[in-house]
Amino acid sequence: MTATPMVLSEGVHKSFGSLEVLKGIDLAVQPGEVCCLLGPSGSGKSTFLRCINHLEKINAGRLSVDGQLVGYRQQGDKLYELREKETAAARADIGMVFQRFNLFPHMTALGNVMEAPQKVKGLSKAEARDRGRALLERVGLSDKVDAYPAQLSGGQQQRVAIARALAMQPKLMLFDEPTSALDPELVGEVLDVMRGLAADGMTMVVVTHEMMFAKDVGDTAVFMDGGVVVERGNPREVLTNPQQERTRAFLGKVL
Amino acid sequence: MTAPERLVAVPVRHYGRYVGAVVVLVALGLLVRAFAQADLQWSLTKHFFTFHTIVAGAGRTLLISVLSQALGIVLGVVVAVMRQSGNPVTSGVGWLYVWLFRGTPVLLQLFLWYNLGLVFQTLSFPGLGSAQTADVMTPFLAALLGLGINEGAYMAEIVRAGIAAVDEGQTEAAQALGMSRGLTLRRIVLPQAMRVIIPPTGNEFINMLKTSSLAFAITYPELTLAARDIYTNNLKVFELLFAAAAWYLLMTTVFSIGQFYLERRFARGSSRSLPVTPIQRLRTLVGTGRQR
Ligand SMILES: Nc1ncnc2c1ncn2[C@@H]1O[C@H](COP(=O)(O)OP(=O)(O)O)[C@@H](O)[C@H]1O
Ligand SMILES: [Mg+2]
Repeated sequence: MTATPMVLSEGVHKSFGSLEVLKGIDLAVQPGEVCCLLGPSGSGKSTFLRCINHLEKINAGRLSVDGQLVGYRQQGDKLYELREKETAAARADIGMVFQRFNLFPHMTALGNVMEAPQKVKGLSKAEARDRGRALLERVGLSDKVDAYPAQLSGGQQQRVAIARALAMQPKLMLFDEPTSALDPELVGEVLDVMRGLAADGMTMVVVTHEMMFAKDVGDTAVFMDGGVVVERGNPREVLTNPQQERTRAFLGKVL
Repeated sequence: MTAPERLVAVPVRHYGRYVGAVVVLVALGLLVRAFAQADLQWSLTKHFFTFHTIVAGAGRTLLISVLSQALGIVLGVVVAVMRQSGNPVTSGVGWLYVWLFRGTPVLLQLFLWYNLGLVFQTLSFPGLGSAQTADVMTPFLAALLGLGINEGAYMAEIVRAGIAAVDEGQTEAAQALGMSRGLTLRRIVLPQAMRVIIPPTGNEFINMLKTSSLAFAITYPELTLAARDIYTNNLKVFELLFAAAAWYLLMTTVFSIGQFYLERRFARGSSRSLPVTPIQRLRTLVGTGRQR
């Protein structure tokens, strides 16, 4: 018997109006696995990531996280959408890091990290503060706890965003091109934090164009194009010896 | 050829500005002289400025303005959120509210509230019993409802613009952290919308201080009515109107200053440094300020 996959996607379809963006995604991510999602712009990577925590509703197929359907309850052959509260509770266990950081600009770094544990999980202020300080230290920002996002560099903001997601003690972390909005010299500091997370055994789904990161840290690489998974496997295999023509074409452009 | 370092840069001379300034100053001087020589007893204006009914009137103007604006803000937030709702009935009611109260004169609305007793003789409050409308609908309450509900329609538009100005990524980040819609609105969206909401709200309040004078028409004894009551007896029309005007100017000035500091507070986090306050600027000028 194998363990329950952390993410299990079976035939997931998603359309925006008449535009079908996901055309049946089949994918399993095991606990502790670092899964790197690669693919050209517009291939549906962000959309798939957002479906995993129900920021987008799927139109067909099944998506479950840690054995629980995302956003729905199955009864017979029908899926009933969950109430907002239930969806919110499920999301609290899934951390998400955005390309554009999306820190709360009216709160300090520590305030950003303390917000959800305090207001969603009901931690006391002291507990939330202790947890927040520890996490900011972990991402190397213990001297920036009282800084507002506008006073931080992009790399520092993204590290705060990672700490903010970790503060909810998620079982799964989703990263949507976390280094794409950064100046090249700031990419390393963010990737280092993610590398540390992977080493600690966090399950991660990472949309990235950082091929070195995918090779070094990824357990699997998944190549998406046109709303389907074209190829998946060991990152070294997929990146150095792709089996599919579309993967080869894409890698030829980015490498 | 002159050496480049010896060239002198001559700024543009604005002769027109000097002429303009002289014309304006002369006109102003004539106006001041006219009023100084007019048949006006300035000492009376000073006397009435601190006269108890005028001071009480100013107090009521302040009271009704603060309460009406507060009611307007609460209604504005509620209606703005209603209009965002996915439920067409809820958003439709919000739209109807704005349409009705923004589309009719506030004076007319004041008369409607004041005369409510003509169409509803009794008001019943479930669980609290009922009362004669005429007893409940005092000039004060009619003024509060008339001004506050009208203001709510304007505030709804202001709040809506404020919410729309907040980046969608903020809501997404909050939801990804497991925050509910209500919590997201209260903790993340509205505080950021404040920066957009506060400046026009300050203007709304300063308008309210003056619009509240319309409540004189339903016999609410605010500042303008207090002044009028006195001058209909003693016929010192200008003296009293100037005393009232001085109170209005005092109030609007004080609140304009308050608005500056409020805006400054909510600018926190949106820029690297806050705007300098006049006092800080003064300190820097006289050299006692801390180096920034
Ligand atoms: N909210 C939306 N409404 C309409 N179309 C969308 C929306 N989000 C994404 N799309 C479209 O879906 C496609 C895939 O987008 P996305 O998932 O962002 O791709 P990727 O992240 O791989 O670049 C694009 O064509 C995009 O324009
Ligand atoms: Mg994307």
